Amino acid sequence: MDLVIEIASWGLILTGSFFIMVGAVGMNRMPDVFTRMHAASVIDTTGAGFLIFGLILQAGFTLVAAKLVFILLLFFFTGPVVSHALAQAALTAGVEPILADDRRPGHQATPDDTAGRAEGVAAEQGEQPA
Amino acid sequence: MMFAAATLAILAALALVVSRAILGPTVFDRALAGNSVGTLAILLLAVVGFLTGRPEWLDIAITYGLLNLIGTLAVLKYFRYGDLAYDDEDGA
Repeated sequence: MDLVIEIASWGLILTGSFFIMVGAVGMNRMPDVFTRMHAASVIDTTGAGFLIFGLILQAGFTLVAAKLVFILLLFFFTGPVVSHALAQAALTAGVEPILADDRRPGHQATPDDTAGRAEGVAAEQGEQPA
Repeated sequence: MMFAAATLAILAALALVVSRAILGPTVFDRALAGNSVGTLAILLLAVVGFLTGRPEWLDIAITYGLLNLIGTLAVLKYFRYGDLAYDDEDGA
């Protein structure tokens, strides 16, 4: 039984380390701030989640495991808050998402696509859309 | 052994994220990278605590997690209004 827990913990910690590296590389390779937020959220959810689950298996049923659960809950509640605040701040500051258009083959981007986005931003700023 | 591997992965990820904080063209890239540095510091504290057999460092990790949220929101508010004590009626 100990061996099973040890192997599971190995697998979870190495998977978490892998996803942390994936997120960090993505933050360097993605083209603009909105796509980089996607890479950063990989670190916050999958990377931290797998890593902390592996550490919980190592800790067993102790106070240390409870503290690790608290850290995991902290990530799950603060991550979306920070992502939302960052995306809204970037949009209202006028940063254009460069990958916003629908680029599926055979699909023409219509002016409505970008018009709807501009209205959304204007509504956030408390202005009436024209 | 696996704690050492996880520590190395987190340190390499920290180097990459810090390079994004230095390169990042807009201030939002830097704020995002700063938030990720905080997340990785929490994970590093937890893993190094297990590596050295002293998991009590998790208390520091929890504190750092709370500070990270407040710090990032304060930076975003500062760069939106140019002031942390923004008052709508002043128009400042």
